[in-house]
Amino acid sequence: MNIAVCVNHVPDTETKIRVATDGLTIDRTGVNFMMSPYDEIAVEEALRIRDKFTGSVTVISLGSDAHRETLRKAMAMGADRAVLLRDDAPRDSFAVAAGLAAELRALAPEVILFGKQSIDYDDAQVGTLVAAILGLPSVAVVVKLTIADGRAVCEREIEGGHETVHTKLPAVFLAQKGLNDPRYPSLKGIMAAKSKPIEEKPAALAAPRVAAVALRKPPAKNPGRLLGTDASAVPELVRLLHEEAKVI
Amino acid sequence: MNCIAVAEERSGEIRKSSLETVRAARRTADALGGTCTALVAGHGVAKAAAVLGRYGASRVLVVDDSRLERRPNIALAKIIAEVVRREGGELVFMAASQAGKDIAPRVAVALEAGLAADCVALRTEGGDIIATRPVFAGKALLDVRVTTPVKVFTLRPNVFEATAEEAAAGMETVAVTLADEDLVTTVEETKVASGRPDVTEADIIVSGGRGMKGPEHFALIEALADALGAGVGASRAVVDAGWRPHDEQVGQTGKTVSPTLYIACGISGAVQHLAGMSSSRYIVAINKDKDAPIFQVADYGIAGDVFEVLPALTAALGKRGK
Repeated sequence: MNIAVCVNHVPDTETKIRVATDGLTIDRTGVNFMMSPYDEIAVEEALRIRDKFTGSVTVISLGSDAHRETLRKAMAMGADRAVLLRDDAPRDSFAVAAGLAAELRALAPEVILFGKQSIDYDDAQVGTLVAAILGLPSVAVVVKLTIADGRAVCEREIEGGHETVHTKLPAVFLAQKGLNDPRYPSLKGIMAAKSKPIEEKPAALAAPRVAAVALRKPPAKNPGRLLGTDASAVPELVRLLHEEAKVI
Repeated sequence: MNCIAVAEERSGEIRKSSLETVRAARRTADALGGTCTALVAGHGVAKAAAVLGRYGASRVLVVDDSRLERRPNIALAKIIAEVVRREGGELVFMAASQAGKDIAPRVAVALEAGLAADCVALRTEGGDIIATRPVFAGKALLDVRVTTPVKVFTLRPNVFEATAEEAAAGMETVAVTLADEDLVTTVEETKVASGRPDVTEADIIVSGGRGMKGPEHFALIEALADALGAGVGASRAVVDAGWRPHDEQVGQTGKTVSPTLYIACGISGAVQHLAGMSSSRYIVAINKDKDAPIFQVADYGIAGDVFEVLPALTAALGKRGK
């Protein structure tokens, strides 16, 4: 079975976000980057599917040279092949999806996995855009995935519960936390990944459809009030919530 | 500017986030000069759709088809795109609900439109719309412009106001063509987790962290939540420890929430947790450690023992009769 996973290289979750001088992007000085956490879950799922059915996992990332680090991590986890679609320019979800779709169309995998969203821009669009561009079915926010006989049974999270969704392959799945626990790359895997080649090609982007106008920090909150250190502060809290905040 | 607002029906009612979306679409249409039309597609949805006129739609279009019973996402997207085309729709609004986030990108591709997703604000500037979306887990806000002639927006639930101002609107039934391949992805079963509101839609959330010291003590969180009609949230630590289910997790790798009131109990306030709840309108923190970072974002705090404070708070609210 041919399986593909698309992964993104993003600022880590500890990052303090500062706006760059262009007012449109973040200042990258001192920022550590990592594989987007939902993408790790997607890579893990791809490996499990491969191990169940035998096949090959191709991991793909679209971006600058820095994305190689994330591709290496995927290979250290066990991915068989890595492709870097190279592009250094600013872009939006649609442009990225078009570039990924072009590569995936040629590869024609039976299963395509994404994280449900990339934790930098939180668009949650790219996976589904790719499916739409390729004319494939898709299931998003997947917490359970069972594949058999060219069909998939998924459990996906919805508000206040879960849905069981059926579809047929080839299809795109967007991984949600809870789908699996990603393995830590073994030392052996890390060493092996160092010598595995990463295929690089220019990304075939499309024109973006959403333009950034301004990136800004949220308005600063007014400092709060410490009302007390025990239950005797509760009446005051209730009073403030009712009279000041008017939320109860 | 023809605005089309797509509404979702569930269990015989239009979802609150859809009502918010219709009102936001109407406000936009009024600001730019244009019409606001609502669209509901599903099976057995016509009766519920009647309410949409009160939330700002001057026409309500209904697609009612038994093949939509299982909410096939490809079919729904195709129907929405077709109706938008027929109506000459230019601005398409959907809630950024789970269904909306799933369908909107397909609608966008079908209409060759850009999609601004999970918007928390919309403003008009010289005949153009600027949408604001949280990025980097809400640590920053990005103002964007959709550059295609047709534009799609999904709106974060619980942010825009749903106000019923107008009288009912005229309803029209719309027929659509569907092919077998539009129906390949189907919802076969739906399971509801608890009777409480989902955290992404709750007005009030009571949330617990490691300071609760064990899964059994979450009964205190639940009691307070039930006294308030609130949703229950959890930090990553207690979800990873298996004390609470993942769908309660609030934070960077959990849900991002925007309730009117967020009560954080025994939660220290790690950066990743704050990312999920810092856009709450009011934040209350209860934590024994007065230096816990959560107090830096809390509007009101009690640096006390949750086992003392929570029961007292629940009792005090019970007395008020919520």
